Amino acid sequence: MVKTVLSTSHQGLRDWLHQRVSAIAIAIYSIGLVGYFVLHPDLSYAEWHGLFTHLWMKIATLLFFLSMLLHAWVGVWTIVTDYVKPYAIRLVLDILIFFALLACFFWAFFILWSV
Amino acid sequence: MTIHRPKNLNLFTIHFPIPAIASIFHRVSGFALFLFIPVLIWIWGLSISSPDTFDLIQRWLSSPLWKFTLWLLLIPFWYHLVAGVRHLLMDVHIGEELQSSRFTAWLTMGITVLLAVLAGVWLW
Repeated sequence: MVKTVLSTSHQGLRDWLHQRVSAIAIAIYSIGLVGYFVLHPDLSYAEWHGLFTHLWMKIATLLFFLSMLLHAWVGVWTIVTDYVKPYAIRLVLDILIFFALLACFFWAFFILWSV
Repeated sequence: MTIHRPKNLNLFTIHFPIPAIASIFHRVSGFALFLFIPVLIWIWGLSISSPDTFDLIQRWLSSPLWKFTLWLLLIPFWYHLVAGVRHLLMDVHIGEELQSSRFTAWLTMGITVLLAVLAGVWLW
C-alpha cells in the first residue's frame, strides 16, 4: 500500500516531484547569479567568461539548464493539457515543445562546451 | 434526468478570489519565462563567446529601451520565483488555510513589486 502510494511510476506524483526538485535547483542557481551581478556591478568580459571556465560552474550551469528543461516541460505540458482538448493537436504540440526544449538544452550545452 | 443549474462563465462578471489570481499569474509568468528560454540562451551565449559580442550586449543593455525591456522581463522571473516559494511552503503545510493563503497571495504580489523596484534602482 505504502509502496503504491509512494511509487514514482504514477505520472502525477513523478511530475510533482520533478517540478519541485528542479524548482529548488533553478532558484538556488538564479539567486546565486543575481547575487554575483549585484557583487560585480562593473563586470568585465574576462571575469564573466572566467566564471564559466571553472568545472564546478560548468556542472552547476548544466544542472541548471537540465532543471529548466524538466521544469518547463512539466509546466507547459500541464498548460497544454488544460487548454488543448483535441488529442492529435495536443500530441503534436507536446512533441514539438519537448524537442524545442531538448534543442535548447543541447544549444546551451555546446555554448558551455566551447567556453 | 438532466438538472439545469444556472451557469455563469462570463470572465468579466466572475469575481476571482485573490489566491486564484495569484495562481493564474504564476501560470502566465511561467509560460512567459518558457518563451524567454531561447532568448536567454542566445544572449548568454553572445555574452561569453567573445569580448566583441560581450561589448555588444553591454551596449544594448545601456540603451534605455533595452534596459526597460530587461526590467520588464525580470517581472515574471521575480513573480514566478516568489510564487514558487509560496507553493513550496504550502507543500510543507505553511500558509494553506484560507486566511493565510489570501495573505500570502497578496504578500507574493507585494514582494514582486518590491523586487521589481529594487531591480529598477539597480539597473538605473
